[in-house]
Amino acid sequence: MESLVSRAGLWFAAFLVAIFMFVNAVDTGFAIHMVVFGLAALAGLVISLTKSNYKVLAAIGGALPPDQSRYDDDLVRTGVILTTFWGCVGFLVGLYIALQLAFPALNLGFEYTTFGRLRPLHTSAVIFAFGGTALITTSFYIVQRTCRARLALPGLARFVFWGYQLFIVLAATGYVLGVTQGKEYAEPEWYIDLWLTLVWVAYLAVFVMTLIKRKEPHIYVANWFFLSFIITVALLHLVNNANVPVSLFGSKSYPVWAGVQGALVQWWYGHNAVGFFLTAGFLAMMYYFVPKQAERPVYSYRLSILHFWSLIFLYIWAGPHHLHYTALPDWAQTLGMVFSVMLWMPSWGGMINGLMTLNGAWDKVRTDPIIRMMVLSLAFYGMSTFEGPMMSIKSVNSLSHYTDWTIGHVHSGALGWNGMITFAALYYLTPRLWNRTRMYSQRMINWHFWLATLGIVFYASAMWVTGIMEGLMWREYGADGYLVNSFAETVAAKFPMYVLRAFGGVLYLSGALIMAFNVWQTIIGNLRQEEPLRQAAYDPNADRPLVAAPAE
Amino acid sequence: MSGHSTYEALRHFADSWGLAAMVVTFLVLGLWPFRPGAREDNEAAANMIFKGDDNGE
Repeated sequence: MESLVSRAGLWFAAFLVAIFMFVNAVDTGFAIHMVVFGLAALAGLVISLTKSNYKVLAAIGGALPPDQSRYDDDLVRTGVILTTFWGCVGFLVGLYIALQLAFPALNLGFEYTTFGRLRPLHTSAVIFAFGGTALITTSFYIVQRTCRARLALPGLARFVFWGYQLFIVLAATGYVLGVTQGKEYAEPEWYIDLWLTLVWVAYLAVFVMTLIKRKEPHIYVANWFFLSFIITVALLHLVNNANVPVSLFGSKSYPVWAGVQGALVQWWYGHNAVGFFLTAGFLAMMYYFVPKQAERPVYSYRLSILHFWSLIFLYIWAGPHHLHYTALPDWAQTLGMVFSVMLWMPSWGGMINGLMTLNGAWDKVRTDPIIRMMVLSLAFYGMSTFEGPMMSIKSVNSLSHYTDWTIGHVHSGALGWNGMITFAALYYLTPRLWNRTRMYSQRMINWHFWLATLGIVFYASAMWVTGIMEGLMWREYGADGYLVNSFAETVAAKFPMYVLRAFGGVLYLSGALIMAFNVWQTIIGNLRQEEPLRQAAYDPNADRPLVAAPAE
Repeated sequence: MSGHSTYEALRHFADSWGLAAMVVTFLVLGLWPFRPGAREDNEAAANMIFKGDDNGE
């Protein structure tokens, strides 16, 4: 009872603080965000007061202890739904800004709908909302299964989950309102950063406490990847967001780091966000879901450990390759390039490890669309981790930098690797979490697979062509030493590829919408009657003994 | 210590003892599961995810 009262008191205090901040706010964005904070605190208050079982509280003086013989999957279920939702939102915004690049009239003449504000909305929606929710959800699922223990600190786990969703809402509304610190992939302002820090420390606590109460002696490698993801993201977030707010009641802040130091910190952050958020975290999913779906242990467990330590020791140095030919000292650029090229080896080791897990079960690629997605995901992990090191080589970078080749590279990793492994994980989880025999439709998974694959092909090939084209156009000199092309001419030349890219986006989004429908039907308990994807041929008429026929 | 000599000292440490320590740590950690006699541990770890029925509730 005391804990309920103090919890309610805490929520109420947070509500009052939000009102206080709102009243004193010096700009609109900050005021609106304090309203959002206040509403969240109010929701927390109402939920803790109404969801408590007062009869139990009165009888035993506290809440019932959770049943330790069952896994705590409530958040995982909510997470599956929210991941699907955020995926569709993020892809839709991505499609819209792709169309804006082809047809600038779609900026609509409002500050709120310009490319500059919607672009971070897209990147954060897919990376942090879709990817981040998927990571928290799957980590809560996997850590319980691999530790064979119920999630520790259930109250804090709920705070982590919903606190992270609040972070997403604050970040997204902030971008549209123009609240940004202008750092790529770290746009949210100082007070949102502080909130995320709080959530992230709680996340670390929940994860580590679950590891501590594990019933298995060994910590499975997927948890190593999750743990490195949680710890490194905390470190990156703190260093890159060292900002001083102009006012405690306003949204604007300025970074501690200036000039080239600031740029280096930003790309140390930026590249390790790729390395530890989009790679280590999703590799954790890969090392659990691929063996589970293939029903075979990972090809080489010791290779997975080597993969882990190599990524940890190499990734952290690769950031400077984002700053080739800038004011950054030359040796630092070369260091970034060399470490990026070295990263190719562990990345391919990991890809091979994942793919070879199917050794002896390759037929599943034909019969199981989820395995097919996993294989494609690993193939794209391999392709983008080959392309990345190649693009980090200075002479290649002098052509590729600032062009859409970079955008193509990022999307082959994001759509191919992160997207596909997350879809596969969602298809794996949904029937298990809602106690269904299978997904509503296997054939729709297959449709999703092909739509997504074709979408990526259109996207990546259009961006390769347009990127290399514009890179060559920018550097083209005439006989008299003048640049041949103006910037506007390169933009005009890119138009057809921009349209093709948007078409790829349409395909990828429609695949995700099919998935959303499939997941929804599975949750409400429908099973689509359909032909299985593969059956061995059977002819009942031929299934009888051969009798000798008299000669004619 | 002036800013410049701090930089020099750190930089010399980074490309000598610091580098050596990191390489050795990396090699030990990365090669640890490859040591003789680790095969059984690796196999048990890889197959651990198949223990128990994990279908939700």
